[in-house]
Amino acid sequence: MIHFVLLISRQGKVRLTKWYSPYSQKERSKVIRELSGMILTRGPKLSNFVEWRGFKVVYKRYASLYFCMCINQEDNELEILEIIHHFVEILDRYFGSVCELDLIFNFHKAYYILDEILIAGELQESSKKTVARLVSAQDSLVDAAKEEANSISNIIAQATK
Amino acid sequence: MGSQGGFGQSKEFLDLVKSIGESRSKAEEDRIVLREIETLRRRITEPDIPKRKMKEYIIRLVYIEMLGHDASFGYIHAVKMTHDDSLLLKRTGYLAVTLFLNEDHDLIILIVNTIQKDLKSDNFLVVCAALNAVCKLINDETIPAVLQQVVELLYHPKEAVRKKAVMALHRFYQRSPSSVTHLVTNFRKKLCDNDPGVMGATLCPLFDLIMIDVNSHKDLVGSFVSILKQVAERRLPKSYDYHQTPAPFIQIKLLKILALLGSGDKQSSEQMYTIIGDIMRRSDTTSNIGNAILYECICCVSSIHPSPKLFGAAADAIAKLLKSDVHNLRYMGIDALGRLIRINPEVAEQHQLAVIDCLEDPDDTLKRKTFELLYKMTKSSNVEVIVDRMIEYMISINDNHYKTEIASRCVELAEQFAPSNRWFIQTMNKVFQHAGDLVNPKVAHNLMRLIAEGFGEDDDTADSQLRSSAVESYLRIMGEPKLPSTFLQVICWVLGEYGTADGKYSASYIGGKLCDVAEAHSSDDTVKAYAVTALMKVCSYEKAAGRKLDMLSECQSLIESLSASHSTDLQQRAYELKAIISLDGIAMENIMPLDASCEDIEVIDKSLSFLNSYVQKSLEEGAKPYLTEHERSRTRNISNFRNHDHHDASTHSLRFEAYEVPKPVISARLPPTASLTELAAVREQSYQREVHRSPSVGSLSDKGSQELRLRLDGVQKKWGRPTYSSAASPSTSDSESHTVNGTGKGKSFEPSSRRQPEVEIPEEKQKLAASLFGGTTSKSEKKQSGGGIKGSKATRSTADQTRATTAVVHPPVDLLDFGEPSGAASGSSSTVDPFKQLEGLVDTNQYSNVSKDPDLLSLYSDAASTSGQNQNQETGNLSHGSGNRTTKGPNLKDALGKDALVRQMGVTPATQNPNLFKDLLG
Repeated sequence: MIHFVLLISRQGKVRLTKWYSPYSQKERSKVIRELSGMILTRGPKLSNFVEWRGFKVVYKRYASLYFCMCINQEDNELEILEIIHHFVEILDRYFGSVCELDLIFNFHKAYYILDEILIAGELQESSKKTVARLVSAQDSLVDAAKEEANSISNIIAQATK
Repeated sequence: MGSQGGFGQSKEFLDLVKSIGESRSKAEEDRIVLREIETLRRRITEPDIPKRKMKEYIIRLVYIEMLGHDASFGYIHAVKMTHDDSLLLKRTGYLAVTLFLNEDHDLIILIVNTIQKDLKSDNFLVVCAALNAVCKLINDETIPAVLQQVVELLYHPKEAVRKKAVMALHRFYQRSPSSVTHLVTNFRKKLCDNDPGVMGATLCPLFDLIMIDVNSHKDLVGSFVSILKQVAERRLPKSYDYHQTPAPFIQIKLLKILALLGSGDKQSSEQMYTIIGDIMRRSDTTSNIGNAILYECICCVSSIHPSPKLFGAAADAIAKLLKSDVHNLRYMGIDALGRLIRINPEVAEQHQLAVIDCLEDPDDTLKRKTFELLYKMTKSSNVEVIVDRMIEYMISINDNHYKTEIASRCVELAEQFAPSNRWFIQTMNKVFQHAGDLVNPKVAHNLMRLIAEGFGEDDDTADSQLRSSAVESYLRIMGEPKLPSTFLQVICWVLGEYGTADGKYSASYIGGKLCDVAEAHSSDDTVKAYAVTALMKVCSYEKAAGRKLDMLSECQSLIESLSASHSTDLQQRAYELKAIISLDGIAMENIMPLDASCEDIEVIDKSLSFLNSYVQKSLEEGAKPYLTEHERSRTRNISNFRNHDHHDASTHSLRFEAYEVPKPVISARLPPTASLTELAAVREQSYQREVHRSPSVGSLSDKGSQELRLRLDGVQKKWGRPTYSSAASPSTSDSESHTVNGTGKGKSFEPSSRRQPEVEIPEEKQKLAASLFGGTTSKSEKKQSGGGIKGSKATRSTADQTRATTAVVHPPVDLLDFGEPSGAASGSSSTVDPFKQLEGLVDTNQYSNVSKDPDLLSLYSDAASTSGQNQNQETGNLSHGSGNRTTKGPNLKDALGKDALVRQMGVTPATQNPNLFKDLLG
């Protein structure tokens, strides 16, 4: 089972957190502090796994962003590594060559996508196509409701209001 | 597809994100967030907020919470938003509550109603959103409220809903198993769902159910095997393929289930052999996912009823993993080896060199995994080497969690396999010295008991030698600073009991030492109490032996000060000591008999029969009868109170029978006629020698190691500690030992000739490893500077690396905190405000690849000119050269588009901040 998912930038800034096991706000900050201290300082070429408080944390770096997932001792680390990659590939497809900026400003969309991939700490869907279809179904409904300001001019108008 | 259209949030929010990105310190970030919290707190309570605006506030709350601040004031608004009719708002509401609330939050009760309503919705997206919330929020108490509905959703026409319903039930099972167990048939039915996604999801709850009760699911073995077969034969839709591997995540889950079902069941296991063998043959060992499956196969093979053929295949796969130079794979290899040796420990033999390599590896994770493997394969023949290694590592780390674990493992191994009591005591000393506060206090009692009881045989000489050597080592150690309390207690106790026993040390010397301890640890009452009691023992033995007792002045003053102590316990001990000293020798001998810690305590006559006549008499005289067992037992406890210590020790369990001694070894060295005492004497001598050496671990002398080796050889020794053979190895030439390596694997050595080469292999290996990996080792110790990463998928260019190091030196200043100054611009621009730069964009940012103009068209043309050459490079060469100032991932146009968009909105990512735009997938 995955206990939490963290996205941390190389500077240690939090980009996304998702907790599947209960952690208080205080514990969360502590976890993030501890893990970013451990993971960001690890040299290249080392393994992508860290043992931590009796759990294992699998992490992978994409550009300047670290994707981390915390799992149980008996879980398969390589599988988790590929789940991370699966997530990134789906993000990439959704945003069209995703970059960190997309995730910074659209973190809530990243959450929606994550919710389609993982649920309750387990992988729920391993087909990229299915996930993409579901997410875009949600988006199109949203578009139909005309809730989303889609064009640049809209945004500008709103920003200068 | 997707939302390139825009960020959809107000300028205000974008500015917030931006300014947080800019902040240079955590404190600054906190200030910004606190200000935002104040703003939101005010705004969110205003009347008549447009829904759109409210949605954004909620997202801002999520952002605040994500950064580790408390946004609880807004939770209720998120809850309200879940009530909204519009899916967009509802979805935002659900997202926010699932992120905000833990399963025991009070507000959940307000959401249950909405969830119930939404689960009935005819829009499947609403149902999906509600099910997502169900998985996170529904707790033990609220399960009944939605259970029926969720079960019905298992048969919903949309597969997405069915899948989430299965996952929700799985979650319910984890929360409260009893609520779902009657639904097992539903899971079985869902296994045959025609959507592979639903089938895959069903494996999660089934795995858990099978874990609890294997037997009631044995009939499913055939189904699982046939599903796995179909998956492996690519019968699933192509969309489930992952990097050309057919549905690997489903395969892995199935293998996990088969491992459970086949465990200890020959018949079931036989059904699986073919398919597992097939999968192992097919798996693509060049990809990560292929190795993930392979690893799962090995786990499965090691769990089910063993098949020689599969075992061979698994061993081969492990050999491949261990030979890899990718750390991840070696790590998995070590782990897999740890599983396979449970079936047959001999597999490990051919990999000893690889394992030693991993043990020497600079990667801590790999090292720990290797220690775990060693822990699993410890025997009486290699315990010394392994525990030594473990202690050495334990000393070198700071992570208390792991330190505790490894310390307890050392203790466990030492207790189980110790070749001699002396070694045990020495090992315990080391563990206590370096991790004393972390080990279970039980261990201390065991150690005291061992010293007191000795070998457990009628060999008094050996026992007393053991004790005096313990005393000697403690006298040496106790002067060191920062000894943990538990260890000091052991030291005091042993010194009190046996400090003067062999006559080597005078009572006043020991007494002085004990006073030193008490004074040096004046804040620790327990240690002081132990010290005073020890002092009392020493004094009374002295007096009982008829010698004149002169109390040192420091002892006197210590006792005086303790008599006035705030701790009543210390006070009592001090007064007792004073009282006992004034008695004569014979009385003393009775009160404090010499070496009586192991004597049985006289059983008290529980019925107090000797009082019968008195009781009778009293009753006749009209006294109240003395009744109630409860009360009587209480008084008895009080009467036993003084002996509490002894009882205490006996409740802890430790193996006290003689330790397993590899006998043939000893006889190999000693003349066969050697009597037991002689044997002990020989050991004793060597021990004495060792004792004089420094206590630091790992610096065992040659003599000491000879002694150690003595007991090791003859027994099949698998894991020699390289340093032990220091005398022999440097002289051996490289080529010679290479051949030794080669033959070593063949295990064709006769026991007698075994000793030298066996010990040498690891030594040679270490040398080999040092020469092979030495360069990398030192490099990585220097830490991550330079050196590109080979990662094929992630775009980690060398330039990126060097930037990484510079970024550490100059704190990032640019906009969205990605400011690694690129190339030559770094020096000057790193201190300049990126926004100011922005204003004068055109002239300052000469290195920019990104547009300087909001006009999209000119942007592209501009970009084409500045980065044309870079693009060429990228297409030709995936790993960018170190001098390359490429600031973009390969997908330049997309990135430029995004950049332009951001600029138009007034958010200006600095140009020195290329990573922000870098495609995550290179």
